[in-house]
Amino acid sequence: MNEKVKIVWNGIIKENPSLRLVLGTCPTLAVTTLAANGLGMGLSATFVLICSGVVVSALRNVIPGKVRLPAYITIIATFVTVLMMLVKAYLPALNSSLGVYLPLIVVNCIILGRAEMFASKNKVLDSALDGLGMGLGFTLTLVLMGSIREILGSGTLFGLNLHLPVEPMIVFITPPGGFFVFGILMAGVIFLEEKTGQRRERKAGCAGCPSAEFCQAKESE
Amino acid sequence: MAAKLGAIFFSMILVNNYVLIKFLGICPFLGVSKRLDSAVGMSLAVTAVMAIATAVTWPLEQLLERFDLVYLQTIAFILVIAVLVQLLELFLRKFIPPLYVSLGVYLPLITTNCAVLGVTILNIDEGYTYLESIVCAVGAGLGFLLAMTLFAVVRSRVEEAQPPKAFEGMPITLVSAAIVALSFTGFGGIVENIFGS
Repeated sequence: MNEKVKIVWNGIIKENPSLRLVLGTCPTLAVTTLAANGLGMGLSATFVLICSGVVVSALRNVIPGKVRLPAYITIIATFVTVLMMLVKAYLPALNSSLGVYLPLIVVNCIILGRAEMFASKNKVLDSALDGLGMGLGFTLTLVLMGSIREILGSGTLFGLNLHLPVEPMIVFITPPGGFFVFGILMAGVIFLEEKTGQRRERKAGCAGCPSAEFCQAKESE
Repeated sequence: MAAKLGAIFFSMILVNNYVLIKFLGICPFLGVSKRLDSAVGMSLAVTAVMAIATAVTWPLEQLLERFDLVYLQTIAFILVIAVLVQLLELFLRKFIPPLYVSLGVYLPLITTNCAVLGVTILNIDEGYTYLESIVCAVGAGLGFLLAMTLFAVVRSRVEEAQPPKAFEGMPITLVSAAIVALSFTGFGGIVENIFGS
């Protein structure tokens, strides 16, 4: 497979940020009550991932190692601000349904993680492609989560009434439903991994956190 | 006044619990809740940072509004939180070493904890006064503490259980979090009824 295609594909399947790396869990759970919200959140994060990847990669020889984390956060926050202005101006409905989770893209660990693990070590084009792949992987997971929760919880998909023969189960659009669907979805992915014999260890918290290297709170287990 | 503050405080802990209902700060919730002592230490550090960050960002927001720079809110807040966490860490290490040993190790993790940035932004969005914002931040922190502590205990039992192979580890943790969250939805309406707001 072409080297460039491989980078994009890596983010979608091999290192899917939500389901395999367990990063960016907060938006995955919070905004997926509707498939359309998941799509909006995913594409917003993709925009920030690509832009911040390009800038971090272009500045990788300029930013001193010691202050790289604050520098990355500032770059990411800049693009999130640009994104917020665009969404507020052109998609006001999305702005109100994503609410506080839009500015919170700043602290989404997928973006900081990719800046630290990929963009700071690779060329500009590769970093943009990595951002695209990771963003699409994140978007796919969010749309999948959103679709499941919307179909089961309100009987619609992207706002279209599906006329299901059963009553919608409201619990799926409540917060507990979010945890539940995500758990089941991840179990499904692990089931497929076991079938193909490539189960990936899920590390949450410190081990999975991109800033673990900077942090002395690493759990000594 | 007191009733309103009480309503904000208790609804942040029970009804609008940051972790279980609003999904802010899920990473530490899933990561650090394995042991009870680290769960409590982490939550206390988060509570302190939330209260201090709110105390600083609320006046900052007034300043930004005055100079018509509200669009800088996100950048300004995240930088203020990052600096505050660093300062707090230095302060604790120098002046209160015992506290540093027990809480300080969790501090660097907190910069990128979305619950802290979340509480500062939500306080502005809700239009709370200075006092209400701080009460809200402390309530959010204690709600975080409650969720972490409860879940750490639940988790110690889950670790010993034998779920189907595909559910081992993360998935069963998420499903048990769903059940803990479900129990919190039962609090809906209670606080409004008690404080009559």
